[in-house]
Amino acid sequence: MRHLIRLRAKIERKPSLPARTARLALVIAAIAFVSLFLVLPLASVFAQAFSQGWRVYLAAIHTGEIVDALKLTGLVAAIAVPLNVVFGIASSWAIARFDFIGKKLLVSLIDIPLAVSPVVAGMMYVEVFGLHGWFGSWLSNHNLHVIFAVPGIVLATIFVTFPFVARELIPFMQAQGSDEEQAAVVLGARPFSVFWRVTLPNIKWPLLYGTILAAARSIGEFGAVSVVSGHIRGRTVTMPLAVEMLYNEFNFTAAFAAASLLSFAAVITLIVKKAIELSTEYQRSKAEQGSNE
Amino acid sequence: MPSRKLKQWTRSFKQASPLPGFGLSLGYTLFFLTGIVLLPLAATVLRSLHGGSAEFLHAISTPRVAAACRVTLESALIASVLSASYGFLIAWVLARYDFPGRRIVDALIDLPFALPTAVAGIALTTLYAQNGWLGRYLEPHGIHIVFTQAGIVLAMSFVGLPFVVRSVQPVLEEIDPAMEEAAESLGASNWQIFSRVLAPASFPALVTGSALAFARAAGEYGSVIFIAGNMPMKTEIGALLIVTKLEEYDNVGASAIAVAMLGLSFVVMLALNLLQWKLQSRNGVRS
Repeated sequence: MRHLIRLRAKIERKPSLPARTARLALVIAAIAFVSLFLVLPLASVFAQAFSQGWRVYLAAIHTGEIVDALKLTGLVAAIAVPLNVVFGIASSWAIARFDFIGKKLLVSLIDIPLAVSPVVAGMMYVEVFGLHGWFGSWLSNHNLHVIFAVPGIVLATIFVTFPFVARELIPFMQAQGSDEEQAAVVLGARPFSVFWRVTLPNIKWPLLYGTILAAARSIGEFGAVSVVSGHIRGRTVTMPLAVEMLYNEFNFTAAFAAASLLSFAAVITLIVKKAIELSTEYQRSKAEQGSNE
Repeated sequence: MPSRKLKQWTRSFKQASPLPGFGLSLGYTLFFLTGIVLLPLAATVLRSLHGGSAEFLHAISTPRVAAACRVTLESALIASVLSASYGFLIAWVLARYDFPGRRIVDALIDLPFALPTAVAGIALTTLYAQNGWLGRYLEPHGIHIVFTQAGIVLAMSFVGLPFVVRSVQPVLEEIDPAMEEAAESLGASNWQIFSRVLAPASFPALVTGSALAFARAAGEYGSVIFIAGNMPMKTEIGALLIVTKLEEYDNVGASAIAVAMLGLSFVVMLALNLLQWKLQSRNGVRS
């Protein structure tokens, strides 16, 4: 449907002069707004980071503080993202391939983290694992630390990225239907090979898409992590927290140097995301999704 | 024997299917959902009720908390209206016009999603500060953004923009130009085409997008705290007050505000979903 509209737009008659002027004005207004509102903040991050020159920038990145923060952020993402990928696949398999009572409720429960403020999300884990929380005294008796330690940061990150993969996969797999998998089962394929040879190749694009969104968010999460981290230098400070701490210490060059690394990751995310959207396979699958709804 | 009973029990709520893995996938889903989402949510709600409803009401009715809630809601409301208006403009331009750099603009719309909120916060603050790229032109005219409520609104509308654009854009793309052409050939003016054809069709999506932007703005923390200045009673937002209370080990107070915020965002989302559903069924438009 969409490509038909595009085709039509191309061959439609040339608009009148006032219409063209209005069109040009709207396009210029939109570009101006996007530049002022979105591009300028991004540009200012890099401008501030390099304001003292390359050497100061490189020196700022090479401090132990930022290296530690980078390592922790990488570790947290490396645990949280795969767990959410597994959850996304499991939940979409259950929801898109079977009919059972309470399915709609389950779908809306998965969306809860989208409606919860990140700060509230972090606080919820304090209520469960904090010193006065449900498991607090048990954990401290066994000398286990969740809050103000890495496990809490991982949990909070899993929470905020919880629905990302599932939300991409569920509508996609529902639109696709289960004919191919049923055929594979009837022909005698074992459960694992049904998944590996039939399902996974079909869902790889939306799966990658959701994974990238989840990865970007888990690298950049601030509010939820800030509540559970305790800001212990060298131990529980992730990159976004390092940005905050350096900024509040008026160490602006270092703060913006750290911020520039995160901005760079964000720009990469946008490019990869756009590339997936433009890939023919993804577009075809989205079109199928639209026609089946 | 137990496995047969399990099968019988499963059959009572699930339709038969030849595919494998129902028990495993649903079991894992429920386990993970309970552990990550439902258990902490229950703990928070129960904690806020721990001291009884009197203490809960007392915790959320102190002047400082009331002021923070007012600032948060007011700013989020203004921000979502702002996001809705220029979000609609951008969605319109992206959906209808082809121009050089369209794909770049389209990709950039998601920047507030991808950019960590702390980075957005310090970038906006630096930009609009007295000696910042934009602040140096605004401050002499008496327009103060940093450390005022205007700054909070600015940061909130920054994070809300993609929600509006991404809700409205696909709907505008789906509207058949033939409807507009028909209206035009029947003698409708541009304004009539917009208000009678385009607006009703895209309104449900605009409402959804604004609702999402509002919910995000009301709970936003990272991008707001740097530009807000965080003066109690004036530019302190609800999310920051929760953090402050937690740092003071006032868990009951913190969870009272959190539950109030949770309740509010659920109510707003529900109300707007109902409104959208109503509009959709009235207009017979799919979104």
